Parts: sequence; structure tokens; C-alpha cells
Amino acid sequence: MFESSLKQLGDALRAKKISSVELTQLYLDRIAQLNPGLNAYVTLNTEASLAQAKAADAMLAGGDAQAMTGIPVAQKDIFCAKGWRTTCGSKMLDNFVAPYDAHVIEQFNRAGAINLGKTNMDEFAMGSSNETSYFGAVKNPWDNARVPGGSSGGTAAAVAARLCAAATGTDTGGSIRQPAALCGISGLKPTYGVVSRYGMIAFASSLDQAGPMGRCAEDLALMMNTMAGFDERDSTSLQRDKEDYARDLDKPLNGLRIGLPKEFFAEGLGSDVAKAVEAAIAEYKKLGATVVEISLPNTRLSIPVYYVLAPAEASSNLSRFDGVRYGYRAPDYTDLADMYEKSRAQGFGAEVKRRIMIGTYVLSHGYYDAYYIQAQKIRRLIAQDFVEAYKHCDVIMGPTSPSTAFKLGEKGDDPVQMYLSDIYTIAVNLAGLPGMSIPCGFGDNDMPVGLQIIGNYFDEARMLNVAHQYQLATDWHSRAPQI
Amino acid sequence: MSLSTHDVEKVARLARLAMTAPEIEAARAQLSGIFDLIAEMQAVDTAGIEPMSHAQDLSQRLRADAVTETNQREAFQAIAPQVEAGLYLVPKVIE
Repeated sequence: MFESSLKQLGDALRAKKISSVELTQLYLDRIAQLNPGLNAYVTLNTEASLAQAKAADAMLAGGDAQAMTGIPVAQKDIFCAKGWRTTCGSKMLDNFVAPYDAHVIEQFNRAGAINLGKTNMDEFAMGSSNETSYFGAVKNPWDNARVPGGSSGGTAAAVAARLCAAATGTDTGGSIRQPAALCGISGLKPTYGVVSRYGMIAFASSLDQAGPMGRCAEDLALMMNTMAGFDERDSTSLQRDKEDYARDLDKPLNGLRIGLPKEFFAEGLGSDVAKAVEAAIAEYKKLGATVVEISLPNTRLSIPVYYVLAPAEASSNLSRFDGVRYGYRAPDYTDLADMYEKSRAQGFGAEVKRRIMIGTYVLSHGYYDAYYIQAQKIRRLIAQDFVEAYKHCDVIMGPTSPSTAFKLGEKGDDPVQMYLSDIYTIAVNLAGLPGMSIPCGFGDNDMPVGLQIIGNYFDEARMLNVAHQYQLATDWHSRAPQI
Repeated sequence: MSLSTHDVEKVARLARLAMTAPEIEAARAQLSGIFDLIAEMQAVDTAGIEPMSHAQDLSQRLRADAVTETNQREAFQAIAPQVEAGLYLVPKVIE
């Protein structure tokens, strides 16, 4: 049952081979057994999950079940879910019980899916290793001495360890794709604006985008059908016709033009990662694709640009945490300013404070043009690189991350080293394009390697098709860690 | 780029973050490293390039100026650090 696809699970539920209560309980038992070693979940609410499962069984009995009805899904702890503790990985929100549902949560509830629990994450989604979580690091299920990636590290570990059928993540600079790669699962960051940000705790609003993480592209398509859609409460939500993200899964890949950016295969890329990615490209050629070398000349600049823009937006977004209306308040203070300063100093962790300070500095008087405006101008150059590239290809492929999962604590003291590991993912967020990662082999330490697939705007169905055809021809996506 | 202790203190104050002297010093070293990374941006010629503030060039959607939210004061105040008689309590600001 733990190896079934979402479609197989849905069929079994509708055929009454298993009830949602039974399925949910199976997962809850597995979580109780394995989560203490992995720390993938931070909050469980068994009673609420089983109550949802019971309601789903009623929907199934009544014959009005949808594709996701009765299926247990884990939610990244960045999504507000009414009545659920929602921490965003921070001491600041340790005691925060959300009074409302995020749009994404509403969509899953409406579809009759089960909220299985809230997954661990880097604090306020700021990190690439899940080590900045107030609730402790997540362990990579393939090797407990290694990180799962971040910021959606709990989600990635939960999917890899079969502690949920599928799960949600969010991606501001690679936070879906990089942990998907490091844990050997599939993940999709949609085009900016396709999934509503309402009720998703904000990090950098012009970059944040939610998306599905799961075992295979076919599962991601079903998840997208539930998650995507216009929502007037998010001012950047796009008004588009509803689409079926699974519609093109079975199309052959004959004539597909794959662009390989030379900057993604240059210095800094691990040779074991390069080898696995090159083997995947060779497999695509067998499937009928052609390959063309392209250039994304400003790739290198995406890191400095991101580390100006994301902290700038974060410093503004996180100014709401003041210890007045919700969240942490320091126990002792002398006056209002002291209360703000101490609540924030004690409630935020080191990486979050660092980014708030970077953002505050680049937005401060005298530096705004040199940093913030300059970064926004280069952001346009980076986006234009992709426009140029897509004149020559249909999708872009390359590595998701320069290395496989590194060891816990390995990059702990040097934020710059950690930031550099996002080199292949960040430009996609800056441009607002969809990107995904699928497993394509193993590196030197028998740790999974991710193949990144970058699509043009709104090309998610084609990307899922491209990923699915590869997964029909290979079995990397069905490899599971021994736990 | 090397930030001064004074720069870091000023930023911490603007960001409303209480910091001890050793924390200021540690932040100074780390932020200087990060700004070295960011400095790479300065050499790029961006004359005539429009700043890109958003992924999609769309204009802001507007809605009718009508009340749509329902009153949930009790639910919202249930999660507040300190409330009294429907009000959020903070230290006295005016003597």
C-alpha cells in the first residue's frame, strides 16, 4: 500500500478495497514508528486526521468522490490550517494555532483529502538543509547523517520514507526542487501565480510559490489539479481557465527540444551529479528528444540578486511579528520598543535574523538604488535570458543541485557556502518560471541525484509529460530508502 | 565589503532586533561576507533596464470597496499574548 501511486490509491478507495480510515491509520502507525528517527513531522493531530478520513469515507460511500478523496497528504507547516498548530519552523509561532485555512488547505479539504500532519521546515522557509528549524533538523531517510535539503525538508523526507502518500511544499529559491533532489523524490514549483499564496506564511512574496511533492510525475499532476486555481484573496493569483495537469502525460516525446545551459555544467558541479544528469539526457535522446546547447549568461548573478531581493521582501513581511497580536512575546521588557526588540530577538533564529538584517540594510536610506533597484534590474536580465533560450528549445534541463545531500552540520557556520548551493534553482524563481526535479540516479555516496526540468510559463502539463515518459522508461523514482 | 560595528547596530535598531555586543560582532563578520557575495552585482551595466518587481507584468486587481470579512475578534484574540476587554495590551506608550 505504501508504494501505491495516488491513482492506485484512489482506485482502491473507490472500489472499497480499503477505507480512508484504514489507510490513514496505516500511515499514522508508520509515522509513529519512524518519525522519531527522522523528525519529518512537527505536528500530528490524529483525531482531526481520522475525522477527515471518516468524512471522506462518507463521500466515497455516497459516490461523490474525486481523485484525491480519502488520500492522506502531509502539509508543509507554512500553510495555515484551521485548528492546527502552524509554526513555520519558528519559536515565534510555536504556540500559534491558525484561525483560518490557507487556500491550498481549503482545496484539499474540498477534494476530501486527509491532512495527515504538518511537516518540518527551515525557519520561515529560509535555508537549504532544514537545519534552521526551531524543532531540530530533519534526517535524510537515505542516510541519517545527511540533510534532506530545504526548506521543504520535512516534506521531502516524509515522501521518501513513505510517511504520506504525497505532500505540499513551497519554493522561493529552490525549496521544493532541492530537497526533492536530495531525497530522491519528484517535486514541482509551478509558474508564479498558479497556486494561491493566501494563508501561506510569507517569506519573499514576489518569489514564493507552493507546489506538490510526491513519488512520481503522475502523482504531481493529480496534486496540481487540486492545488492550482484562481483565488481573489491573493492579489497575484492568476485568472486562468482550469486545466487538467494530467492531460498530456501519455504523449510521446518525439521532437522534444531539450536546452542544456552550458552554465549549469561548468565549474562547481559535482562529477557524480554530472554523470547521472548526462545519463538522463541520453535516456531522453532514446525517447526521441533532441538536445541543443543554450546559454543563460546571467546565472552567476542570480545568487547576489536573490540575496538582495528575498531578504528585502522578508524584512518587510516579517515586520508583522511584533509580539502584539499573535506569536511569541518576551517575558520581560521595559517599554514598547524593548518589547518589540526582545520578542523578535528571542523569537527568531539566527538565519532569519541575518536575512532580516540584510533586507533592512539594502532597503535603508542611501543604499536602496545601489542594492534593491540594481537587483531588480538584473532580475529582468535573468528573466530575459530564459526568453531568449526558449526560442531554441521546449524545456531546459540540468542538475537541480551541485551535489548530493551533504552531512548535517557540514555547512553550518558559513551562510555563503549554503547560499551557493542554490545556484541552479534561484534564477527560475526570479523569472517566475515553473521548475521541477525528478530522481535520475545516485551519486558517490549512494545518495539520490535530481534532474531539473525548467519549463516555459504555464507549461506544467508538458513538464509533467516529459517527466512521466522518463519515469515509464526508468525506475529511479520507485527506489525507496531502506529504513 | 566591510561593515562597521556602527552599521550593524543601526540595522539591528531599524529591524527591531535586540543584540548583545558579541552578537553584533558575529553578525558584522557574517554580513560582510554576504555583502562580498552581493557586491558582484555592482559591476553589471544596467543602464536603460527597467527594474523587474514581479514575475508577471500585470496591473493590480481591484475589488469593490465593500466589507467582506466577518467579525472574528474572539477567535483572533484567543491567540494573542495579552488582551483585555477586546483590546490588545502593550506597555504604556504615553505618560
